[in-house]
Amino acid sequence: MNLHYLTRKAANIMALTASALSAAFGIAFLFWILKDVLVMGLPAINASFFTELPAPPGTEGGGLANAILGTFMITVIATAIGVPAGILAGTYLSEYGRKSRVADTVRFISDILVSAPSIVIGVFVYAILVRPFGGFSAIAGAVALAIIMLPVVTRTAEEMLKLVPNATREAALALGAPHWKVTVHVVYRGAIRGITTGVLLAVARVSGETAPLLFTSFNNAFWNFKLTEPTATLTVTIFNYAMGPYEDWHARAWGAALLITSVVLLVNVFARVILGGRSAQ
Amino acid sequence: MSDKIIIKDLNFYYSNAKQALKNINIPIKEKVVTALIGPSGCGKTTFLRCLNRMHDLYSGNRYEGEIILDGRNILEKGLDLIKLRSKVGMVFQKPTPFPMSIHDNIAFGLKLLGIRNRGELAGRVEKALRDSAIFEETKDRLHESALSLSGGQQQRLCIARAVAVEPEVILMDEPCSALDPVATAKIEDLMTDLKQNYTVVIVTHNMQQAARVSEYAGFFMMGELVEFDITEKIFTAPSNKLTEDYVTGRFG
Repeated sequence: MNLHYLTRKAANIMALTASALSAAFGIAFLFWILKDVLVMGLPAINASFFTELPAPPGTEGGGLANAILGTFMITVIATAIGVPAGILAGTYLSEYGRKSRVADTVRFISDILVSAPSIVIGVFVYAILVRPFGGFSAIAGAVALAIIMLPVVTRTAEEMLKLVPNATREAALALGAPHWKVTVHVVYRGAIRGITTGVLLAVARVSGETAPLLFTSFNNAFWNFKLTEPTATLTVTIFNYAMGPYEDWHARAWGAALLITSVVLLVNVFARVILGGRSAQ
Repeated sequence: MSDKIIIKDLNFYYSNAKQALKNINIPIKEKVVTALIGPSGCGKTTFLRCLNRMHDLYSGNRYEGEIILDGRNILEKGLDLIKLRSKVGMVFQKPTPFPMSIHDNIAFGLKLLGIRNRGELAGRVEKALRDSAIFEETKDRLHESALSLSGGQQQRLCIARAVAVEPEVILMDEPCSALDPVATAKIEDLMTDLKQNYTVVIVTHNMQQAARVSEYAGFFMMGELVEFDITEKIFTAPSNKLTEDYVTGRFG
Protein backbone atom coordinates (compact mmCIF):
# COMPACT_ATOMS: atom_id res chain seq x y z
CA MET A 1 0.00 0.00 0.00
CA ASN A 2 2.65 2.45 1.13
CA LEU A 3 5.07 1.37 -1.62
CA HIS A 4 2.33 1.74 -4.18
CA TYR A 5 1.71 5.27 -2.98
CA LEU A 6 5.42 6.13 -3.18
CA THR A 7 5.79 4.85 -6.76
CA ARG A 8 2.81 6.92 -7.81
CA LYS A 9 4.29 9.96 -6.16
CA ALA A 10 7.67 9.37 -7.82
CA ALA A 11 6.04 8.90 -11.23
CA ASN A 12 4.18 12.15 -10.74
CA ILE A 13 7.37 14.06 -9.87
CA MET A 14 9.17 12.57 -12.88
CA ALA A 15 6.38 13.44 -15.29
CA LEU A 16 6.11 16.95 -13.90
CA THR A 17 9.86 17.53 -14.17
CA ALA A 18 10.03 16.18 -17.70
CA SER A 19 7.16 18.36 -18.95
CA ALA A 20 8.46 21.46 -17.15
CA LEU A 21 11.92 20.97 -18.68
CA SER A 22 10.43 20.49 -22.14
CA ALA A 23 8.40 23.66 -21.77
CA ALA A 24 11.47 25.58 -20.63
CA PHE A 25 13.44 24.18 -23.60
CA GLY A 26 10.91 25.56 -26.07
CA ILE A 27 10.50 28.93 -24.39
CA ALA A 28 14.27 29.37 -23.97
CA PHE A 29 14.73 29.39 -27.75
CA LEU A 30 12.02 32.00 -28.18
CA PHE A 31 13.70 34.31 -25.69
CA TRP A 32 17.11 33.62 -27.21
CA ILE A 33 15.83 34.68 -30.62
CA LEU A 34 14.09 37.74 -29.22
CA LYS A 35 17.23 38.76 -27.34
CA ASP A 36 19.45 38.39 -30.43
CA VAL A 37 17.05 40.27 -32.65
CA LEU A 38 16.78 43.05 -30.10
CA VAL A 39 20.53 43.38 -29.45
CA MET A 40 21.54 43.20 -33.11
CA GLY A 41 18.59 45.13 -34.49
CA LEU A 42 18.33 48.06 -32.12
CA PRO A 43 21.48 49.90 -33.36
CA ALA A 44 20.03 50.00 -36.90
CA ILE A 45 16.81 51.66 -35.81
CA ASN A 46 16.86 55.41 -36.21
CA ALA A 47 14.78 58.09 -37.91
CA SER A 48 16.23 57.57 -41.38
CA PHE A 49 15.51 53.83 -41.10
CA PHE A 50 11.81 54.72 -41.30
CA THR A 51 11.99 57.65 -43.71
CA GLU A 52 14.72 57.08 -46.30
CA LEU A 53 15.22 54.85 -49.31
CA PRO A 54 17.98 52.25 -49.22
CA ALA A 55 21.40 53.76 -49.86
CA PRO A 56 23.52 52.36 -52.70
CA PRO A 57 25.86 49.58 -51.56
CA GLY A 58 28.91 50.85 -49.74
CA THR A 59 27.51 54.29 -48.94
CA GLU A 60 26.54 55.31 -45.44
CA GLY A 61 23.00 55.95 -44.21
CA GLY A 62 19.74 55.18 -45.98
CA GLY A 63 16.68 53.38 -44.68
CA LEU A 64 13.95 50.90 -45.53
CA ALA A 65 10.99 53.23 -45.84
CA ASN A 66 9.89 51.73 -49.16
CA ALA A 67 9.98 48.18 -47.75
CA ILE A 68 7.96 49.21 -44.69
CA LEU A 69 5.34 50.75 -46.94
CA GLY A 70 5.43 47.71 -49.27
CA THR A 71 4.88 45.23 -46.45
CA PHE A 72 2.04 47.35 -45.11
CA MET A 73 0.42 47.70 -48.54
CA ILE A 74 0.67 44.03 -49.46
CA THR A 75 -0.55 42.87 -46.05
CA VAL A 76 -3.54 45.21 -46.15
CA ILE A 77 -4.57 44.06 -49.64
CA ALA A 78 -4.05 40.41 -48.68
CA THR A 79 -6.29 40.96 -45.65
CA ALA A 80 -8.92 42.68 -47.77
CA ILE A 81 -9.03 39.65 -50.07
CA GLY A 82 -8.45 36.79 -47.64
CA VAL A 83 -10.49 37.81 -44.61
CA PRO A 84 -13.96 38.36 -46.15
CA ALA A 85 -13.61 35.19 -48.22
CA GLY A 86 -12.43 33.24 -45.18
CA ILE A 87 -15.20 34.49 -42.91
CA LEU A 88 -17.87 33.74 -45.50
CA ALA A 89 -16.44 30.26 -46.08
CA GLY A 90 -16.40 29.67 -42.31
CA THR A 91 -20.00 30.87 -42.15
CA TYR A 92 -20.97 28.37 -44.82
CA LEU A 93 -19.25 25.53 -42.95
CA SER A 94 -20.79 26.38 -39.59
CA GLU A 95 -24.22 27.76 -40.46
CA TYR A 96 -25.32 26.20 -43.72
CA GLY A 97 -23.43 23.07 -44.71
CA ARG A 98 -22.60 21.58 -41.34
CA LYS A 99 -22.97 17.97 -42.29
CA SER A 100 -23.00 18.16 -46.07
CA ARG A 101 -20.45 16.48 -48.31
CA VAL A 102 -19.43 19.80 -49.81
CA ALA A 103 -18.60 21.14 -46.35
CA ASP A 104 -16.56 18.06 -45.48
CA THR A 105 -14.60 18.50 -48.69
CA VAL A 106 -13.99 22.19 -48.04
CA ARG A 107 -12.81 21.40 -44.52
CA PHE A 108 -10.45 18.71 -45.78
CA ILE A 109 -8.98 20.93 -48.49
CA SER A 110 -8.62 23.81 -46.02
CA ASP A 111 -6.64 21.59 -43.69
CA ILE A 112 -4.34 20.57 -46.53
CA LEU A 113 -3.92 24.19 -47.60
CA VAL A 114 -2.96 25.22 -44.05
CA SER A 115 0.00 22.90 -44.13
CA ALA A 116 0.97 23.57 -47.76
CA PRO A 117 4.53 24.97 -47.93
CA SER A 118 4.25 28.70 -48.53
CA ILE A 119 6.86 28.58 -51.29
CA VAL A 120 4.56 26.29 -53.26
CA ILE A 121 1.85 28.93 -53.04
CA GLY A 122 4.39 31.52 -54.21
CA VAL A 123 5.28 29.43 -57.24
CA PHE A 124 1.60 28.85 -57.96
CA VAL A 125 0.83 32.58 -57.98
CA TYR A 126 3.95 33.10 -60.11
CA ALA A 127 2.43 30.76 -62.64
CA ILE A 128 -1.06 32.31 -62.66
CA LEU A 129 -0.39 36.01 -62.08
CA VAL A 130 3.28 36.87 -62.62
CA ARG A 131 4.15 35.09 -65.85
CA PRO A 132 0.91 35.71 -67.78
CA PHE A 133 0.90 39.43 -66.91
CA GLY A 134 4.52 39.97 -67.62
CA GLY A 135 6.10 40.81 -64.31
CA PHE A 136 6.34 40.82 -60.55
CA SER A 137 3.73 42.92 -58.79
CA ALA A 138 2.43 43.92 -55.38
CA ILE A 139 -0.97 42.50 -56.23
CA ALA A 140 0.55 39.08 -56.97
CA GLY A 141 2.24 39.18 -53.57
CA ALA A 142 -1.02 40.12 -51.90
CA VAL A 143 -2.86 37.26 -53.64
CA ALA A 144 -0.22 34.79 -52.48
CA LEU A 145 -0.57 35.98 -48.89
CA ALA A 146 -4.37 35.95 -49.18
CA ILE A 147 -4.25 32.30 -50.24
CA ILE A 148 -2.14 31.53 -47.18
CA MET A 149 -4.60 33.39 -44.94
CA LEU A 150 -7.72 31.89 -46.40
CA PRO A 151 -7.73 28.44 -44.77
CA VAL A 152 -6.61 29.84 -41.41
CA VAL A 153 -9.40 32.40 -41.34
CA THR A 154 -11.94 29.87 -42.65
CA ARG A 155 -11.27 27.30 -39.96
CA THR A 156 -11.02 29.84 -37.13
CA ALA A 157 -14.26 31.51 -38.20
CA GLU A 158 -15.96 28.11 -38.36
CA GLU A 159 -14.72 27.07 -34.92
CA MET A 160 -15.71 30.40 -33.36
CA LEU A 161 -19.18 30.32 -34.93
CA LYS A 162 -19.67 26.77 -33.71
CA LEU A 163 -18.99 27.94 -30.15
CA VAL A 164 -22.22 29.95 -30.29
CA PRO A 165 -24.74 27.59 -28.67
CA ASN A 166 -27.35 26.01 -30.92
CA ALA A 167 -29.97 27.05 -28.37
CA THR A 168 -29.22 30.68 -29.23
CA ARG A 169 -29.88 30.02 -32.93
CA GLU A 170 -33.07 28.14 -32.10
CA ALA A 171 -34.26 30.97 -29.88
CA ALA A 172 -33.73 33.51 -32.64
CA LEU A 173 -35.43 31.31 -35.24
CA ALA A 174 -38.32 30.70 -32.82
CA LEU A 175 -38.98 34.44 -32.87
CA GLY A 176 -39.66 34.15 -36.57
CA ALA A 177 -36.30 35.44 -37.78
CA PRO A 178 -35.04 34.33 -41.18
CA HIS A 179 -31.85 32.29 -41.20
CA TRP A 180 -29.60 35.04 -42.59
CA LYS A 181 -30.73 37.54 -39.95
CA VAL A 182 -30.02 35.03 -37.22
CA THR A 183 -26.52 34.55 -38.64
CA VAL A 184 -25.74 38.23 -39.15
CA HIS A 185 -27.37 39.78 -36.08
CA VAL A 186 -27.10 37.06 -33.45
CA VAL A 187 -24.47 34.45 -34.30
CA TYR A 188 -21.84 36.92 -35.54
CA ARG A 189 -22.37 39.02 -32.42
CA GLY A 190 -21.53 36.03 -30.29
CA ALA A 191 -18.46 35.09 -32.28
CA ILE A 192 -17.03 38.51 -33.15
CA ARG A 193 -14.21 38.50 -30.62
CA GLY A 194 -13.03 35.04 -31.54
CA ILE A 195 -13.15 35.80 -35.25
CA THR A 196 -11.27 39.07 -34.76
CA THR A 197 -8.59 37.21 -32.85
CA GLY A 198 -8.29 34.64 -35.62
CA VAL A 199 -8.02 37.37 -38.25
CA LEU A 200 -5.29 39.16 -36.31
CA LEU A 201 -3.30 35.96 -35.89
CA ALA A 202 -3.64 35.24 -39.60
CA VAL A 203 -2.45 38.78 -40.44
CA ALA A 204 0.50 38.34 -38.09
CA ARG A 205 1.35 35.07 -39.71
CA VAL A 206 1.37 36.28 -43.31
CA SER A 207 3.17 39.53 -42.54
CA GLY A 208 6.23 37.45 -41.74
CA GLU A 209 6.14 35.39 -44.94
CA THR A 210 9.09 35.63 -47.31
CA ALA A 211 9.12 32.70 -49.71
CA PRO A 212 5.82 33.46 -51.49
CA LEU A 213 6.83 37.10 -51.96
CA LEU A 214 10.15 36.20 -53.62
CA PHE A 215 8.17 34.81 -56.54
CA THR A 216 5.46 37.44 -56.65
CA SER A 217 6.18 40.97 -55.45
CA PHE A 218 9.97 40.44 -55.68
CA ASN A 219 11.85 43.57 -54.60
CA ASN A 220 12.41 47.19 -55.46
CA ALA A 221 15.09 49.65 -54.42
CA PHE A 222 12.79 52.63 -54.88
CA TRP A 223 9.38 53.86 -53.87
CA ASN A 224 6.53 52.10 -55.57
CA PHE A 225 2.89 53.00 -55.25
CA LYS A 226 1.59 50.97 -58.18
CA LEU A 227 0.04 47.60 -57.51
CA THR A 228 1.31 46.27 -60.83
CA GLU A 229 5.00 46.94 -60.16
CA PRO A 230 7.58 44.96 -58.18
CA THR A 231 7.47 46.08 -54.55
CA ALA A 232 9.95 45.92 -51.70
CA THR A 233 8.91 44.22 -48.48
CA LEU A 234 10.67 43.89 -45.14
CA THR A 235 10.91 40.13 -45.28
CA VAL A 236 12.39 39.95 -48.78
CA THR A 237 14.75 42.78 -47.82
CA ILE A 238 15.93 40.76 -44.83
CA PHE A 239 16.54 37.82 -47.14
CA ASN A 240 18.57 39.89 -49.64
CA TYR A 241 20.51 41.98 -47.14
CA ALA A 242 21.40 39.06 -44.92
CA MET A 243 22.89 37.25 -47.94
CA GLY A 244 24.76 40.36 -49.11
CA PRO A 245 28.44 41.10 -48.55
CA TYR A 246 28.16 44.49 -46.82
CA GLU A 247 28.27 45.07 -43.06
CA ASP A 248 25.67 47.84 -43.07
CA TRP A 249 23.30 45.62 -45.10
CA HIS A 250 23.55 43.06 -42.33
CA ALA A 251 22.85 45.74 -39.74
CA ARG A 252 19.81 46.92 -41.66
CA ALA A 253 18.57 43.34 -42.06
CA TRP A 254 18.71 42.98 -38.26
CA GLY A 255 16.81 46.22 -37.94
CA ALA A 256 14.13 44.98 -40.34
CA ALA A 257 13.96 41.69 -38.41
CA LEU A 258 13.45 43.59 -35.18
CA LEU A 259 10.70 45.71 -36.72
CA ILE A 260 8.73 42.83 -38.23
CA THR A 261 9.16 40.72 -35.08
CA SER A 262 7.88 43.56 -32.89
CA VAL A 263 4.86 44.10 -35.11
CA VAL A 264 3.99 40.40 -35.16
CA LEU A 265 4.47 40.21 -31.39
CA LEU A 266 2.28 43.26 -30.81
CA VAL A 267 -0.49 41.92 -33.04
CA ASN A 268 -0.35 38.60 -31.18
CA VAL A 269 -0.49 40.26 -27.77
CA PHE A 270 -3.38 42.44 -28.96
CA ALA A 271 -5.23 39.33 -30.18
CA ARG A 272 -4.76 37.66 -26.77
CA VAL A 273 -6.09 40.76 -25.04
CA ILE A 274 -9.24 40.69 -27.18
CA LEU A 275 -9.75 36.99 -26.50
CA GLY A 276 -9.04 37.54 -22.79
CA GLY A 277 -11.76 40.18 -22.70
CA ARG A 278 -14.28 37.56 -23.71
CA SER A 279 -13.49 35.08 -20.98
CA ALA A 280 -13.62 37.88 -18.43
CA GLN A 281 -17.10 38.87 -19.53
CA MET B 1 -63.56 28.20 -24.56
CA SER B 2 -62.63 27.43 -28.12
CA ASP B 3 -59.82 25.22 -29.35
CA LYS B 4 -56.76 27.20 -30.45
CA ILE B 5 -54.82 24.21 -31.72
CA ILE B 6 -56.21 20.79 -32.58
CA ILE B 7 -53.72 17.97 -32.94
CA LYS B 8 -55.01 15.06 -34.99
CA ASP B 9 -53.27 11.66 -35.21
CA LEU B 10 -49.83 13.19 -34.97
CA ASN B 11 -46.90 10.85 -35.54
CA PHE B 12 -43.35 12.11 -35.48
CA TYR B 13 -40.16 10.40 -36.59
CA TYR B 14 -36.60 11.59 -35.98
CA SER B 15 -34.06 11.33 -38.79
CA ASN B 16 -32.74 8.07 -37.31
CA ALA B 17 -36.20 6.63 -38.10
CA LYS B 18 -37.07 6.38 -34.41
CA GLN B 19 -40.74 7.10 -33.85
CA ALA B 20 -40.91 9.65 -31.06
CA LEU B 21 -44.65 10.39 -31.06
CA LYS B 22 -47.47 7.93 -31.68
CA ASN B 23 -50.97 8.96 -32.62
CA ILE B 24 -51.28 12.06 -30.52
CA ASN B 25 -54.70 13.75 -30.31
CA ILE B 26 -55.03 16.86 -28.16
CA PRO B 27 -57.27 19.90 -28.31
CA ILE B 28 -55.43 22.94 -26.92
CA LYS B 29 -57.82 25.53 -25.52
CA GLU B 30 -57.45 29.22 -26.14
CA LYS B 31 -56.10 31.51 -23.40
CA VAL B 32 -55.48 28.89 -20.77
CA VAL B 33 -52.35 27.07 -19.65
CA THR B 34 -52.00 23.50 -20.85
CA ALA B 35 -49.32 21.46 -19.05
CA LEU B 36 -47.59 18.41 -20.47
CA ILE B 37 -46.11 16.02 -17.93
CA GLY B 38 -44.40 12.66 -18.09
CA PRO B 39 -41.08 10.91 -17.44
CA SER B 40 -37.88 11.93 -19.26
CA GLY B 41 -37.76 10.84 -22.88
CA CYS B 42 -41.53 10.42 -23.11
CA GLY B 43 -41.87 12.83 -26.03
CA LYS B 44 -43.34 15.92 -24.39
CA THR B 45 -40.56 18.23 -25.58
CA THR B 46 -40.64 16.59 -29.00
CA PHE B 47 -44.37 17.27 -29.10
CA LEU B 48 -43.92 20.90 -28.06
CA ARG B 49 -41.33 21.46 -30.79
CA CYS B 50 -43.82 20.18 -33.37
CA LEU B 51 -46.11 23.10 -32.59
CA ASN B 52 -43.72 25.68 -34.06
CA ARG B 53 -41.99 23.18 -36.36
CA MET B 54 -38.65 23.56 -34.66
CA HIS B 55 -37.77 20.06 -35.88
CA ASP B 56 -37.48 21.44 -39.41
CA LEU B 57 -34.10 22.93 -38.49
CA TYR B 58 -32.55 19.49 -38.66
CA SER B 59 -32.94 17.51 -41.82
CA GLY B 60 -34.56 14.10 -41.97
CA ASN B 61 -37.25 14.65 -39.32
CA ARG B 62 -40.74 13.71 -40.44
CA TYR B 63 -44.28 14.52 -39.30
CA GLU B 64 -47.52 12.68 -40.05
CA GLY B 65 -51.05 13.78 -39.20
CA GLU B 66 -52.39 17.27 -38.68
CA ILE B 67 -51.82 20.20 -36.37
CA ILE B 68 -54.62 22.67 -36.95
CA LEU B 69 -53.89 26.19 -35.71
CA ASP B 70 -56.84 28.55 -36.19
CA GLY B 71 -58.30 26.28 -38.82
CA ARG B 72 -55.13 25.82 -40.83
CA ASN B 73 -52.94 22.73 -40.89
CA ILE B 74 -49.43 23.94 -40.03
CA LEU B 75 -47.83 20.72 -41.22
CA GLU B 76 -48.82 21.33 -44.82
CA LYS B 77 -46.09 21.77 -47.39
CA GLY B 78 -45.04 25.28 -48.33
CA LEU B 79 -46.20 26.81 -45.06
CA ASP B 80 -44.34 30.02 -44.19
CA LEU B 81 -42.35 28.97 -41.12
CA ILE B 82 -41.34 32.54 -40.36
CA LYS B 83 -45.00 33.53 -40.11
CA LEU B 84 -45.81 30.45 -38.03
CA ARG B 85 -43.01 31.16 -35.56
CA SER B 86 -43.99 34.78 -35.17
CA LYS B 87 -47.45 33.51 -34.20
CA VAL B 88 -46.19 30.68 -31.97
CA GLY B 89 -43.39 31.86 -29.66
CA MET B 90 -41.13 29.68 -27.56
CA VAL B 91 -39.22 29.82 -24.28
CA PHE B 92 -36.50 27.24 -23.80
CA GLN B 93 -35.31 25.11 -20.93
CA LYS B 94 -32.08 27.01 -20.43
CA PRO B 95 -32.22 30.78 -20.72
CA THR B 96 -31.10 31.81 -24.22
CA PRO B 97 -30.18 35.50 -24.05
CA PHE B 98 -28.59 36.81 -27.23
CA PRO B 99 -25.05 38.16 -26.86
CA MET B 100 -26.18 41.80 -26.90
CA SER B 101 -27.72 44.36 -24.55
CA ILE B 102 -30.97 43.80 -22.66
CA HIS B 103 -32.70 46.39 -24.83
CA ASP B 104 -31.37 44.87 -28.07
CA ASN B 105 -32.51 41.39 -27.03
CA ILE B 106 -36.11 42.58 -27.07
CA ALA B 107 -35.63 44.98 -29.97
CA PHE B 108 -34.34 42.14 -32.15
CA GLY B 109 -37.78 40.58 -32.36
CA LEU B 110 -39.50 43.96 -32.75
CA LYS B 111 -37.24 44.91 -35.66
CA LEU B 112 -38.30 41.67 -37.33
CA LEU B 113 -41.81 43.07 -37.27
CA GLY B 114 -40.52 46.11 -39.11
CA ILE B 115 -40.50 48.52 -36.16
CA ARG B 116 -37.58 50.93 -36.71
CA ASN B 117 -38.63 54.08 -34.91
CA ARG B 118 -36.44 54.48 -31.80
CA GLY B 119 -39.20 55.90 -29.65
CA GLU B 120 -41.64 53.18 -30.55
CA LEU B 121 -38.97 50.53 -29.98
CA ALA B 122 -38.18 51.92 -26.52
CA GLY B 123 -41.87 51.93 -25.61
CA ARG B 124 -42.46 48.38 -26.78
CA VAL B 125 -39.30 47.15 -25.03
CA GLU B 126 -40.44 48.72 -21.78
CA LYS B 127 -43.92 47.25 -22.09
CA ALA B 128 -42.56 43.76 -22.74
CA LEU B 129 -40.20 44.02 -19.76
CA ARG B 130 -43.05 45.25 -17.54
CA ASP B 131 -45.36 42.47 -18.70
CA SER B 132 -42.66 39.97 -17.82
CA ALA B 133 -42.04 41.47 -14.36
CA ILE B 134 -38.42 42.31 -15.03
CA PHE B 135 -38.57 46.02 -15.82
CA GLU B 136 -37.85 47.25 -12.28
CA GLU B 137 -34.66 45.20 -12.07
CA THR B 138 -33.36 46.21 -15.48
CA LYS B 139 -34.57 49.76 -16.11
CA ASP B 140 -31.22 51.32 -15.15
CA ARG B 141 -29.11 48.88 -17.15
CA LEU B 142 -30.98 48.38 -20.42
CA HIS B 143 -27.78 48.88 -22.38
CA GLU B 144 -25.72 46.38 -20.42
CA SER B 145 -25.12 42.90 -21.78
CA ALA B 146 -28.00 40.50 -21.20
CA LEU B 147 -25.39 37.93 -20.20
CA SER B 148 -24.77 39.91 -17.00
CA LEU B 149 -28.25 39.05 -15.67
CA SER B 150 -28.86 36.15 -13.28
CA GLY B 151 -30.36 32.92 -14.59
CA GLY B 152 -33.87 33.77 -13.38
CA GLN B 153 -33.66 37.27 -14.82
CA GLN B 154 -32.37 35.89 -18.12
CA GLN B 155 -35.32 33.54 -18.32
CA ARG B 156 -37.80 36.37 -17.68
CA LEU B 157 -35.97 38.39 -20.32
CA CYS B 158 -36.49 35.50 -22.75
CA ILE B 159 -40.19 35.49 -21.89
CA ALA B 160 -40.27 39.25 -22.42
CA ARG B 161 -38.58 38.75 -25.79
CA ALA B 162 -41.18 36.15 -26.74
CA VAL B 163 -44.18 38.28 -25.70
CA ALA B 164 -42.77 41.48 -27.22
CA VAL B 165 -43.58 40.27 -30.73
CA GLU B 166 -47.16 39.55 -29.60
CA PRO B 167 -47.56 35.94 -30.62
CA GLU B 168 -50.81 34.10 -30.02
CA VAL B 169 -49.36 30.96 -28.52
CA ILE B 170 -46.37 30.67 -26.19
CA LEU B 171 -44.61 27.33 -25.84
CA MET B 172 -42.53 26.81 -22.72
CA ASP B 173 -40.11 23.93 -22.49
CA GLU B 174 -39.39 23.35 -18.79
CA PRO B 175 -38.82 27.08 -18.31
CA CYS B 176 -38.01 26.75 -14.60
CA SER B 177 -35.80 23.69 -14.53
CA ALA B 178 -32.60 25.73 -14.36
CA LEU B 179 -33.95 28.17 -11.76
CA ASP B 180 -34.14 28.40 -7.98
CA PRO B 181 -37.52 28.38 -6.15
CA VAL B 182 -37.77 32.18 -5.88
CA ALA B 183 -37.20 32.68 -9.61
CA THR B 184 -39.58 29.80 -10.30
CA ALA B 185 -42.34 31.44 -8.27
CA LYS B 186 -41.90 34.65 -10.25
CA ILE B 187 -42.22 32.82 -13.54
CA GLU B 188 -45.28 30.92 -12.35
CA ASP B 189 -46.95 34.22 -11.43
CA LEU B 190 -46.03 35.45 -14.84
CA MET B 191 -47.74 32.50 -16.51
CA THR B 192 -50.94 33.33 -14.70
CA ASP B 193 -50.76 36.84 -16.15
CA LEU B 194 -49.82 35.63 -19.60
CA LYS B 195 -52.91 33.49 -20.07
CA GLN B 196 -55.08 36.62 -20.08
CA ASN B 197 -53.74 37.27 -23.56
CA TYR B 198 -51.95 34.17 -24.74
CA THR B 199 -52.49 30.46 -25.15
CA VAL B 200 -49.71 28.84 -23.13
CA VAL B 201 -48.41 25.28 -23.48
CA ILE B 202 -45.83 24.27 -20.89
CA VAL B 203 -43.71 21.16 -20.54
CA THR B 204 -42.71 20.49 -16.95
CA HIS B 205 -41.12 17.83 -14.82
CA ASN B 206 -42.49 19.42 -11.71
CA MET B 207 -45.96 18.08 -11.01
CA GLN B 208 -46.77 20.64 -8.33
CA GLN B 209 -46.01 23.26 -10.92
CA ALA B 210 -48.34 21.68 -13.43
CA ALA B 211 -51.06 21.51 -10.78
CA ARG B 212 -50.51 25.15 -9.77
CA VAL B 213 -50.40 26.84 -13.15
CA SER B 214 -52.44 24.82 -15.61
CA GLU B 215 -56.11 24.34 -16.47
CA TYR B 216 -55.54 21.32 -18.69
CA ALA B 217 -52.90 18.63 -18.46
CA GLY B 218 -51.68 15.82 -20.66
CA PHE B 219 -49.66 12.84 -19.45
CA PHE B 220 -47.17 11.41 -21.94
CA MET B 221 -45.36 8.10 -21.79
CA MET B 222 -43.16 6.36 -24.36
CA GLY B 223 -44.25 8.73 -27.10
CA GLU B 224 -47.94 8.23 -26.43
CA LEU B 225 -50.51 10.48 -24.83
CA VAL B 226 -51.83 8.37 -21.97
CA GLU B 227 -54.42 10.81 -20.70
CA PHE B 228 -55.58 14.36 -21.35
CA ASP B 229 -58.09 16.15 -19.16
CA ILE B 230 -58.65 19.14 -16.95
CA THR B 231 -55.71 19.42 -14.55
CA GLU B 232 -57.75 18.88 -11.43
CA LYS B 233 -59.04 15.58 -12.73
CA ILE B 234 -55.58 14.38 -13.82
CA PHE B 235 -54.26 14.98 -10.32
CA THR B 236 -57.21 13.88 -8.22
CA ALA B 237 -59.16 11.32 -10.19
CA PRO B 238 -57.20 10.12 -13.22
CA SER B 239 -58.98 7.54 -15.28
CA ASN B 240 -55.82 5.69 -16.28
CA LYS B 241 -53.81 3.54 -13.85
CA LEU B 242 -50.49 4.73 -15.36
CA THR B 243 -51.40 8.38 -14.81
CA GLU B 244 -52.36 7.67 -11.24
CA ASP B 245 -49.09 5.86 -10.56
CA TYR B 246 -47.12 8.72 -12.07
CA VAL B 247 -48.87 11.64 -10.37
CA THR B 248 -48.79 9.90 -7.00
CA GLY B 249 -45.04 9.38 -7.38
CA ARG B 250 -45.05 5.63 -7.66
CA PHE B 251 -42.65 5.84 -10.60
CA GLY B 252 -40.92 8.36 -12.83
